Amino acid sequence: MKKLRDRAAELLSQGVVSLVIGYEEGTKRPRPLFCRNSEGAEKLIFDSHCFHNLAVYITKKELVGKERFAVTAPISTLRSIMQLYVENQLSEEKLLVITVDLSGELREFTTFDEIAAYVAQFELKRGEREQEILSKIEGMTREERWKFWMEEMSHCFKCYACRSACPLCYCSKCVVEVNRPQWINPWPAPLANMEWHINRAMHMVGRCTACGACGDACPVGIPVDLITRKMMEDLAPEFGYVPGQPAKQGNALSSWKLDDREQFIR
Amino acid sequence: MSSNTDFEPKIIAFVCNWCTYAGADLTGTSRLKYATNVKIVRFPCTGRIDFLLLLKSFAQGADGVIVSGCHPNDCHYTSGNFHARRRWIAFRSILDLMGVDIRRIQYSWVSAAEGSKWADLVNNTVADIRALGPYAEYQKVADYLEKEGYNEEA
Repeated sequence: MKKLRDRAAELLSQGVVSLVIGYEEGTKRPRPLFCRNSEGAEKLIFDSHCFHNLAVYITKKELVGKERFAVTAPISTLRSIMQLYVENQLSEEKLLVITVDLSGELREFTTFDEIAAYVAQFELKRGEREQEILSKIEGMTREERWKFWMEEMSHCFKCYACRSACPLCYCSKCVVEVNRPQWINPWPAPLANMEWHINRAMHMVGRCTACGACGDACPVGIPVDLITRKMMEDLAPEFGYVPGQPAKQGNALSSWKLDDREQFIR
Repeated sequence: MSSNTDFEPKIIAFVCNWCTYAGADLTGTSRLKYATNVKIVRFPCTGRIDFLLLLKSFAQGADGVIVSGCHPNDCHYTSGNFHARRRWIAFRSILDLMGVDIRRIQYSWVSAAEGSKWADLVNNTVADIRALGPYAEYQKVADYLEKEGYNEEA
């Protein structure tokens, strides 16, 4: 912690970066901190409770400006950063990534190859909560799944927190704001909610890094992160990517292979 | 399901302009008879068929959907059907996870020379959907607002 604060203060005072995005103590759990000077850096923390995905801020031009900036990133955030990089949303010149590795040492990454090599050591595994809900869903019949999701979707009131929390939802104009025609109805009815979540999942095909930020952000506790997570796991063998690793072979839906599966096509 | 014998399924077909639409045209000019339950929507290419359109047709009362276009390597735009095929794989997987009945969406390749294949495709799909019955589960959710919100007296 001391090392991180000192290093952040050093980077800011030397003018290497103009902004450090990190975590500070919040009322219930760590919250994002944007420090622009060495006093701010004194508040920085980094531990296992820091799981808010800060990668969501680094594509916001109005926030990070034109100067170089640093971001502190646990492993799930590093995955998002890698995916943003393969989608050409980040440049190495502008970004300095800081993480604390398992032995508690501070590590800095200036190139995305270094991050990729570091991330490759960690396999993406289901956590306890994910395993519990997903094994329940996997054991259901189709009718039960429909009921389960309709029940969950009936709580959704379309706050779009899942969209705001997702680092990969960076479009400046979202499909839900398209109103000629009104593509997804704005009111929170179960069908409109389900259409939104199916749409979100379709836009995440081959891109979701399973950081869980969307499910974490949901104010009514719908496991929305598990829709994209299960989709990633199911489609990985189909499209030849590894969940949690950046899709270097190209976006799943903008590339294709001659021998894509087609048993279902009559 | 014997109770569904007088049920006439509504089926929407999303077809590409260059192959399946011409194929369906050939069915007509060849005087082949096939089920009249299908309403055809013509698209420039299967790559243009947005996945949400399929869901919208269920919400508007369709019991089944046919999506059809050129065979692989026959696309007028070279690769539109390859992109569409990938999208269908992903879409089917997500729909299955959400519990939507994926048996009601029939994908096919029908070329402009396959008039009889089109007739068979429609007939088989109508038979399948007839056996499955109306998609009441989805339509119930689709009218949610009308029943619960706007027309309280109804």
